[in-house]
Amino acid sequence: MAAIIDIVKGLGITFSHMLKKPDTVSYPEEHRPQPPRTRGRHVLHRYEDGKERCIGCMLCSAACPANAIYIEAAENDPAQPVSPGERYAKVYEIDMLRCIFCGACEQACPTGAVTLEKQTELVSLTRRGMVYSKEMLLEPLGQATRGSILAWAAPPPKPAVALAEDLVLPENRGAFDGTVATAASVGKANLPATAGTEDR
Amino acid sequence: MTFDLGEALIKSVIIIVFLLTGFAYMTLFERRAVARLQGRLGPNRVGPAGLFQPIADGVKLVLKEQLTPRDAVLPIYWIAPAISGVVAFLSFAVIPVGPAFEVGGRTIQPWLADVSIGILYILAITSLGIYGIVLGGWASGNKYSLIGAIRSSAQMISYELSLGLSVLGVVMLAGTLSLTQIVEAQKQVWFLIPQALGAIVYFIAGIAETNRAPFDLPEAEQELVAGYHTEYSGLRFTLYFMAEYINMITVSAIATTLFLGGWWGPFAPGPWWFLIKVAALLFVYIWLRATLPRLRYDQLMRFGWLVLLPLAVLNVGVTAVAVVFWG
Repeated sequence: MAAIIDIVKGLGITFSHMLKKPDTVSYPEEHRPQPPRTRGRHVLHRYEDGKERCIGCMLCSAACPANAIYIEAAENDPAQPVSPGERYAKVYEIDMLRCIFCGACEQACPTGAVTLEKQTELVSLTRRGMVYSKEMLLEPLGQATRGSILAWAAPPPKPAVALAEDLVLPENRGAFDGTVATAASVGKANLPATAGTEDR
Repeated sequence: MTFDLGEALIKSVIIIVFLLTGFAYMTLFERRAVARLQGRLGPNRVGPAGLFQPIADGVKLVLKEQLTPRDAVLPIYWIAPAISGVVAFLSFAVIPVGPAFEVGGRTIQPWLADVSIGILYILAITSLGIYGIVLGGWASGNKYSLIGAIRSSAQMISYELSLGLSVLGVVMLAGTLSLTQIVEAQKQVWFLIPQALGAIVYFIAGIAETNRAPFDLPEAEQELVAGYHTEYSGLRFTLYFMAEYINMITVSAIATTLFLGGWWGPFAPGPWWFLIKVAALLFVYIWLRATLPRLRYDQLMRFGWLVLLPLAVLNVGVTAVAVVFWG
């Protein structure tokens, strides 16, 4: 008898799924929304005035664990600078076959020039075709986006909230001011060589 | 009724074409319905809403190589799928899909033959289908095929009894073995009401007879690769595949005839009601497949002999007493 009830219950569950929207989508026509921090194909960004953010410092190349980024930097022509800095990237290539999409280049970049974006469908018939040149990576002139770097930015501190009275010792009662202290900032990290031995 | 060969031929062709189309679209209907029950979309690429998928499947199956294993027992290996395939069509000959109607002064009966022993004929014919499975499994020269075939025959023997007994209640109430007269007898009330237990036993036994989930032990993929049709490919496999689906349609059609009042229904003409009822039962087949896990072999045997058979006997006994005292 219990088995019959279980079977009816099971049938009800499967039938309720029939009335729901399917979990899958018709892939090439429809895409699932991707989270803001998706690490896909790189994009090189520009400033509002059209200058490239990349200053050819090669930090991304150095940070890359897969050695996927190749840069040749050149001095800016003062009359017609490509970037606001002294130098710019004359050649900027990313080998998408080597790239592991870790985002270390984005973290290393001091100007927010390179970010990893949501395009994950990288296809080519040749190995050479998977090496993306600067022209392919750079956003078109007149466009000045920041990309996923905004999604990676640290969230603002939480607003100060008074703790529940009964959870806190009387001397500690009051509002949390939102400041975060590290051990070093309050001097606790600067321990003497004999640290930890005094009280024993 | 005089026998008209031309009329019988035309009806046969219509039945065969109808069943083949039904089989083709049953595969699509099953895949789409199971997909929706599992929260997926199912095949929707070939043609609008995937409606040409059966054609694509058919072309693929026709073009596939038909392998013959080295250890196959030859003529039997080739004939076995044909036995299953042919027998699947035969039982539909006596199923009435609608009431007799007149076209141009000529009475057309939408059934091929109104045999006075209709139910017995169906039980006899459906039991023949097992020969295709057993012979195919044995002649493949493969242990998995053989185990699948043996399981299938054991399952058939166990559930055929309950199937026959569950039908007996309807026969006693209607007082006839003819399917058209059984449908006529359900004009006032469907036999589902007085024979609820019999209907349930019939449908469960019917699922087991057609080797469908959760009774699909002869094809248990995890243990037996594909059971009795492991070694079959191409068109020969298609025959087994077709037999399974047409048997499903047949079992649903018989259940409609015996328990759901056949063609009776308001507003729409009879054949439409017949079609709707069969489609609803076929959906229940798919629904069960998407819900229930496969039974273990000992559970299958215990359920068949210790639960289903006593229930069927009880149903027959109670019906017999009721017919004698009030009928």
